[in-house]
Amino acid sequence: MGASQTHSEHKFQDLVDKTGFSLEQIINLHKRFKQLSGNEDTISRENLDSIPALATNPIRKQIIEAFFDKRNQRQDEVGSFHEIGFEQFLMVMSHFRPPTLKTTEEEREVMRREKLRFLFNMHDTDSDGTITLDEYRKVVEELLSKSGAIGLEAAKAIADAAMLEVASTNVPHMEPDEFYEGITFEHFEQILKGLEMESRMHIRFLDVNTTTMHCGK
Amino acid sequence: MPSRTGSHRPASFGSSLPERALLLVLVLVFLQGSVLPLGAASSPDVSHQDKTDNHKVEAQGHNYTKKAFPVLSIDYHYIQTPFEISLWVLLASLMKLGFHLIPRLSSIVPESCLLIVVGLLVGGLIKLAGEQVPPVMNTRLFFLCLLPPIILDAGYFLPIRPFMENLGTILMFAVVGTLWNAFFIGGLLYAVCQIQPDNPSSLHQIELLPCLLFGSIISAVDPVAVLAVFEEIHINELLHILVFGESLLNDAVTVVLYHLFEEYSGIGTVSVLDGFLGVISFLVVALGGVLVGAIYGILAAFTSRFTSHTRVIEPLFVFVYSYMAYLSAEMFHLSGIMALIACGAVMRPYVEANISHKSHTTIKYFLKMWSSVSETLIFIFLGVATVDGPHNWNWTFVTVTVILCLVARVIGVVGLTYVINKFRIVKLTTKDQFIVAYGGLRGAIAFSLGFLLDPAHFAMREMFLTAIITVIFFTVFVQGMTIKPLVELLAVKKKQEAKRSINEEIHTQFLDHLLTGIEDICGHYGHHHWKDKLNRFNKKYVKKCLIAGERSKEPQLIAFYHKMEMKQAIELVESGGGVKLPAAMPSTVSMQNIQPKKPPPALPPERALPQLSKGREEEIRKILRSNLQRTRQRLRSYNRHTLVADPYEDGLNDFLIKKQKIIELEKKITEMNNYLTVPSAPPDSPTITRARLASDPQAYSVKPTSDSVPTIQVDLASPQSPDSVNLMDEFRNARQPEQDEDRGLMMKPPSEAKGPKRPEDAEGAKDQQRLMRCLSDPGPSADEDEDEPFLP
Repeated sequence: MGASQTHSEHKFQDLVDKTGFSLEQIINLHKRFKQLSGNEDTISRENLDSIPALATNPIRKQIIEAFFDKRNQRQDEVGSFHEIGFEQFLMVMSHFRPPTLKTTEEEREVMRREKLRFLFNMHDTDSDGTITLDEYRKVVEELLSKSGAIGLEAAKAIADAAMLEVASTNVPHMEPDEFYEGITFEHFEQILKGLEMESRMHIRFLDVNTTTMHCGK
Repeated sequence: MPSRTGSHRPASFGSSLPERALLLVLVLVFLQGSVLPLGAASSPDVSHQDKTDNHKVEAQGHNYTKKAFPVLSIDYHYIQTPFEISLWVLLASLMKLGFHLIPRLSSIVPESCLLIVVGLLVGGLIKLAGEQVPPVMNTRLFFLCLLPPIILDAGYFLPIRPFMENLGTILMFAVVGTLWNAFFIGGLLYAVCQIQPDNPSSLHQIELLPCLLFGSIISAVDPVAVLAVFEEIHINELLHILVFGESLLNDAVTVVLYHLFEEYSGIGTVSVLDGFLGVISFLVVALGGVLVGAIYGILAAFTSRFTSHTRVIEPLFVFVYSYMAYLSAEMFHLSGIMALIACGAVMRPYVEANISHKSHTTIKYFLKMWSSVSETLIFIFLGVATVDGPHNWNWTFVTVTVILCLVARVIGVVGLTYVINKFRIVKLTTKDQFIVAYGGLRGAIAFSLGFLLDPAHFAMREMFLTAIITVIFFTVFVQGMTIKPLVELLAVKKKQEAKRSINEEIHTQFLDHLLTGIEDICGHYGHHHWKDKLNRFNKKYVKKCLIAGERSKEPQLIAFYHKMEMKQAIELVESGGGVKLPAAMPSTVSMQNIQPKKPPPALPPERALPQLSKGREEEIRKILRSNLQRTRQRLRSYNRHTLVADPYEDGLNDFLIKKQKIIELEKKITEMNNYLTVPSAPPDSPTITRARLASDPQAYSVKPTSDSVPTIQVDLASPQSPDSVNLMDEFRNARQPEQDEDRGLMMKPPSEAKGPKRPEDAEGAKDQQRLMRCLSDPGPSADEDEDEPFLP
């Protein structure tokens, strides 16, 4: 017991450095990981699918996909995993850490870009580096998927209007025969810079400073 | 919070106008000052005279002394009270007008200061005239008539999201901050009063409890003053909601403290039990107020569900229910302000989904108007009451009060922020703290509470009042005037004027779901989880009860999108009938640029058809649908009880489609002037131009029976032109791919030129005639568009 504990602590210490979580949080998350995986070492999509609370979430599929997306592992790979281990799980979670009082302006910028990149990867399902009209339409459709028929009708119109807005803001003067292929990451950043992602996209208990709460069931 | 100041007249009016305005202002002030005492003085005489006349007539019985029939007589007494009220309101409004005519004044001095000065002037004039100053700062008048409109305006338009996100911080400032202020000021004042043992002054008579009472009155940040000043400095949303939220929520604390100390200052001591009861009382007051407000809010929302046939009185429900919430809360000595805020905030999402656009505008403008007038009157009355009120100036007391107020506020804010920042994600910087501390203005509520004090129990009431007025003047004048330059100096973040874009809305919703999902994966029931649960509960049960008809199922994103479209449509129309491009879309990007480049279709080479992109199809489909709908609409009868035959009333769809048509029209016009509509079209031929013109929605009328057959006619000039025909063909194919019954009115493309051409030619001829008639006579469609009141 003692030996394995020190061994796991040693392993966790690496993760602390890599992901920036505190040891306590990593232990908590590890517990949760074991719960989800049924005491295995890896999680598959089915494990995440079976979380009952997620059933009512309209973008459930995208969220689960994001865990298995190689692009979110910050290693410049593309494609997706079949199963993920604890380290990959943590890497994805680390995108949701909030900034602290000590975070400098540049670090905030980096954090914001990371979070926006995460969102971008969620939308860009074919990994070609742009969000095309069809992909964006899918996003809006999924968001409105719980609202029945009205949702689907309006989803197209909304997605079109949104794309139009991105195009008009970023490339104001287009000739009629030019085409706006898709939203690139720079345009995506530009359009969402008002939202201050680094302060909004976070889970409170992943803040290193607050007292960590234990993961429930 | 949108500004309630009047519009700024252009400076091009000439330099004589400001002087004239100033003169006008002075004349009015003088008039006001003179009429009121005149009214007060003359009315008893006049009425007395009338009575004696009557008596005389009656007493004389049959011996009438024949007087001349009074052609013109003055009976001021009859109309006195409403007349004076109206005069005051008129004065207030004219003052507001006047200030904005004087160009530089309103940018240096905030309105509240100017209004107090005007009040001082009027009060001074009345006093000079030797008359009794009317007791305008009547506490009942203030709390029951002047305060509710301002609070309702604030509550109804409270930005819920930032308020809820910062609720913890706001509550900390409101509750703990006010308590700290009250005890600090009260306690230290008592200590100061007890100093100078060798030189006993009147201050020694002041007990501890009256001091604490005074502390609690003076410590509350006043929403009226805060609103008046903060509106003009356009500070960023976070700071605005912090200070403003604090000023609203500290009402509960003030009410409890005030009653507590007032009750017990006669007795002289407060036991621990009383303190404990005080805490309980606070909870009851605060939560009770919110509960009362919420109940009335739900009632209002429920009522608005059934108002679809009586749109005219919709705003009335909003106002009356809110006012009753306030009065009911006041009846139980609960916090009326919190009731009003809760009522407005609870009812707003449901009421707005139910009421018409016009009622929404009415509510908005009535609230702004009433709150504006109220605010103006409050400041003027403050000035008048200052001149009037019995004063007892005591240098020590007053100066110590002012200093203590400032010190207490600064210490309170700094201390609390230190604690709060441990729990906040977006921390409050020093600059923020400074603005929060500096923005703690006192106002008329403090004065009214002081006025309420019973002179029998409180001998030093006048001294208190003097001190309160001094503090109010100090905060409003000094702090109010200097906060704007300080904000500039410190480069505090200003309010972002950017309007909410659809992308931001989509991603806000997306983020909400994402974060809820991540919380669920972590198994952590954080506040996203609960917020999501609340939203689902709201959608499933509450919305069904409170929102009429189809709108109850409308998800928030779609509602937002429709609202945005409405706004754009209105902008479009207001910018000159829709012919010019609206300023909101300065780019030349249109939907066709967005369509991904399709690979060239693998078609037989002889079919050189213009390709219709999918977006174009959609638009065309919509035009077709809209025309059918318009016909149905024209047939509805006009009812006197609906204000105008308003197409907006029924269904958002009509409006949207209309707007789309406008955009279509203007797009077409610009396109026609510039370039091809269709990406890979053949070179522009006159036939194509005319074909497009023919598909112009205004140029043809709709046959109601032509449901199965598309009604777009072929162009006149050369019906055999393959290009134009194929365009129509595409329409037809796009619209009803499954319709095999496409013989109807269309020409066949030459590539399929088999089959009977004869009957089609005949039909074609008929169509041509119809088309000629269409093209020459624009038809009722054009008129209808002109008649309809586009501006809501």
